[in-house]
Amino acid sequence: MHLWKNVVIRRLMIPLTWFITSSVSLAIAAEPPAPPTQFRAEDVPGDAGTAIDLFWTLSPDDEEDTKPRKVLRYVIYRKTVDGDKKVPSLNPGTKMIVEEENKFEIIGEPTYRVNKFRDSNCEAGVPYMYRIEAVGQEGLTSTPVELKEPVIASLQWFNLQRSWFAVFVFLICGSVILFIEMARKGTIFKVRKIAGLEAINDAVGRATEMGRSCLFVPGIQDINDIQTVAGITILAQVAETTADYRATLEVPTSRSLVMTTARDTVEAAYLAAGRPDEYNEDDIYYITDEQFGYVASVTGKMVRDKPAACFYMGAFYAESLILAETGNSVGAIQVAGTAMPTQLPFFVAACDFTLIGEEFFAASAYLSGEPQQLGSLKGQDFGKVIGGILLLAGCIIMTLSSFESAFESGEKSQVESDPTFLQSAQTYLKENILGKGGF
Amino acid sequence: MLKILQTLDRRWIFLAMFLAVAIPLIMGMTFPEKTSDQVMAVFNAVENLPDGSNVVMALDYDPASEGELQPMASAFTRHCALKKHNIYFMTLWPQGGPMIQRSTDLLENDYPETYKGKYGSKYVNLGFRAGNEGVIKLVVEDLKKSYDTDVQGTNLNDIPLTKNLKNIQQVDLLCNVSAGYPGSKEWVLYGSAPFDIPTVIGCTGVQAPIMLPYIPQQLTGMLAAIKGAAEYEQAIINRYPELNDNPAAKEGLKRMGPQLVAHVLLIGLIALGNVIYFWERKQGTA
Amino acid sequence: MKRTIPLFISAVTGFVLIGTAFIPQFVDWGNDAMAWFNLLAAFAFILGGGNLLKMQLQKISAQQPGWGYAAVTLIAFFITLYVGLAKVGVNPSVKFPEFAWSGEFQEEGSAFWWLFEYIFYPLSATMFALLAFYISSAAFRAFRAKNTEATILLLIAVIVLLGRTYAGVWLTGWLPNEPIIGSSGITYSDFHLPHLSQIIMDDFTTPGMRAITIGIALGVASTSLKVLLGVDRSYLGSDQEA
Repeated sequence: MHLWKNVVIRRLMIPLTWFITSSVSLAIAAEPPAPPTQFRAEDVPGDAGTAIDLFWTLSPDDEEDTKPRKVLRYVIYRKTVDGDKKVPSLNPGTKMIVEEENKFEIIGEPTYRVNKFRDSNCEAGVPYMYRIEAVGQEGLTSTPVELKEPVIASLQWFNLQRSWFAVFVFLICGSVILFIEMARKGTIFKVRKIAGLEAINDAVGRATEMGRSCLFVPGIQDINDIQTVAGITILAQVAETTADYRATLEVPTSRSLVMTTARDTVEAAYLAAGRPDEYNEDDIYYITDEQFGYVASVTGKMVRDKPAACFYMGAFYAESLILAETGNSVGAIQVAGTAMPTQLPFFVAACDFTLIGEEFFAASAYLSGEPQQLGSLKGQDFGKVIGGILLLAGCIIMTLSSFESAFESGEKSQVESDPTFLQSAQTYLKENILGKGGF
Repeated sequence: MLKILQTLDRRWIFLAMFLAVAIPLIMGMTFPEKTSDQVMAVFNAVENLPDGSNVVMALDYDPASEGELQPMASAFTRHCALKKHNIYFMTLWPQGGPMIQRSTDLLENDYPETYKGKYGSKYVNLGFRAGNEGVIKLVVEDLKKSYDTDVQGTNLNDIPLTKNLKNIQQVDLLCNVSAGYPGSKEWVLYGSAPFDIPTVIGCTGVQAPIMLPYIPQQLTGMLAAIKGAAEYEQAIINRYPELNDNPAAKEGLKRMGPQLVAHVLLIGLIALGNVIYFWERKQGTA
Repeated sequence: MKRTIPLFISAVTGFVLIGTAFIPQFVDWGNDAMAWFNLLAAFAFILGGGNLLKMQLQKISAQQPGWGYAAVTLIAFFITLYVGLAKVGVNPSVKFPEFAWSGEFQEEGSAFWWLFEYIFYPLSATMFALLAFYISSAAFRAFRAKNTEATILLLIAVIVLLGRTYAGVWLTGWLPNEPIIGSSGITYSDFHLPHLSQIIMDDFTTPGMRAITIGIALGVASTSLKVLLGVDRSYLGSDQEA
């Protein structure tokens, strides 16, 4: 009997407890979250009037560690505001149409603890009204919050955020052009010797003596990569030398457009050297766009033909070491040039000479010996001076400003004072020259 | 002896390297990893996001570099799965499609309760688009200008995850795993830096030095090579200890054994090379 | 004429695109130009493919040494081309079941997928793995303490090689986290190899890399200007016919 009673009580208690707990939890979850506050919008500066930034203060219920979360996400709505139709009409039918035309539409659902959103689907000059709601458990939404007034994205014809960038582009490009002009008018510029470039003639000479070919690899990128263009300009000089020495030059390429460009270049070089009849278009050929397929083919060729000189000039990736080590194993003199910082160590280790970064770009000017090309190198130097001065100034300002802050915090002044000159300079540098608008 | 070494056929060196990699790999040697600050920054970037956040997973690599990068991609995917994030997969490499497949398989097989049959609502595969950095420029401004359909040809407006996604500025995190061009550098230059998209990357060891200058301003953190992957896996295991028994969660850690022996061999070879060099110099031949 | 028109096109396009970087309204023009380039490059593939066929056929017909490889290349080329274009073994897409070719060409189980998974994938991985072998022979040959700079390079290489593996922890993990006598702030544990390796990466490699990058950026700017201004025309070929 006692046992039977116990079972009955238990059977009654379970649903009862379930009912009580669930109704309590329902009572807790049933509350919609508090709405976010201080909802505001700003036109994104320096754009074509296509974006508006929205900011808000998180809902008081959107707390860091509450479980279950009272706010799951925010929903942002937008509608266009038409000035003429906004006037309330007495005709109920018309009013309904207006409401239908300018209905709020969901444009984004940022997650909890997020307090900004960029609407980049705007049209310039159109006023938009935004609304935000916090969404809690069971899809319950807070009361909506709207902007106080519509916001308009405006089109800017000049991205003022990039003013400093424009100044530096103007200064550096201007100086390159200026020095080229000076060289054209007869100013002579002195350029230091680059060992790797001096070695090109020797390498071709050696190949001729040994009766073996020269191999020129113009990198694995297409002609839209400036490194490939720089490589092709060096190819022009190498081809002139091979034409002079009557050595064979082979150029396997990994891009079709590079093949056609290289053919034109080598043909012109042979013409300039007075040996157009020795130019053979089939020595410049396409293999494959696929990186390692290309490498397999070129290294296979190296092992079979044993070229006496290998030149690697262009953009390279992981294949650099495979190419250079194979070249080394067949005893070729190797000269490499690239602006890929990641591959430079491999070329330095495995090749006889390496043109590092800017040396590679300077090579065509150096090899051609044309004064106006040498002028462009001086322009580059001027750019370095500007860069150096900026770096130095930035470092000094930052260092002094950090000393100043340390000194201030040492004094433990609780009063908030205006930023000092150095602090303002630091902020200006960060926001305008180093920031998004700058570089 | 030194004379033999002087004319040593390099195939012996190749054989030594083969053994240095193969033996620890077969034996399955693993070592504990201490997570560095840089890797913790990556871990926290994923971990501190609210559950169910939106993450773009840009996997820009190919089978060649899969050995080095797949552990990272898997670790990123696994960590996002543990956090129940919504994942958008995409690639700028034509060979990247099957790489994405490996990650989506991981989602479906290892985390079926969150992702099984939830294609479109929990993850989406946008697939490959040609155009290198041009694609990045488009997806950060207007996703649907570049991708109008997903990999299966479904219109993005018909997929719940992409219906309201105007561009990837709206996502909470961008994870990029890349083996070269186009890859991490392009994502930073055209994606994360100009638009302040929080970004973490995983890249090959060779690429790491060029990405270092972007930390911490343009990049939140970086996993460099297998070491980075192994540390990240360790961080995930420390936080979710149930993974300790899952060998698939230790792909990077497993690769650290061969790396240790290979590095020691390299040091040995460098030392040997120098012994030969100094001996030659003494003999007056160098 | 052969040089003047291309030069004119590149100059106009180049300078206009530099300008559009500052005008938000036209900032998309760069993307359009890139799309045009991609189109051109795709069409140029016909040139490349044609050249590949021509070269391989020449090798085979002349029975040049290694002509067997040329035959393999041709066979592989045509098989891949056929399998990819005809979408062999691809199921129609769910959306368009009536069109046999509407599926994805790389679909799992298709012939193209099979080629990718069982031929392309192992071959690519093998080529990439060759790096491990080449790096060992390069290390043996090139890392020699020929002068002071080379010695510093060598020592740093050893620290980083050890610091990036468990060997670093093994060798220096015992260093205590106590300050070194007579100096404040520096502890013995600061000399842990992984820590030293991180310092080398952060404090030496990164600034060096930044300097090289600045130099390269200036080189790119100056080379681009030379191309746009027509100062360097060697890549354009000759006005005369050979």
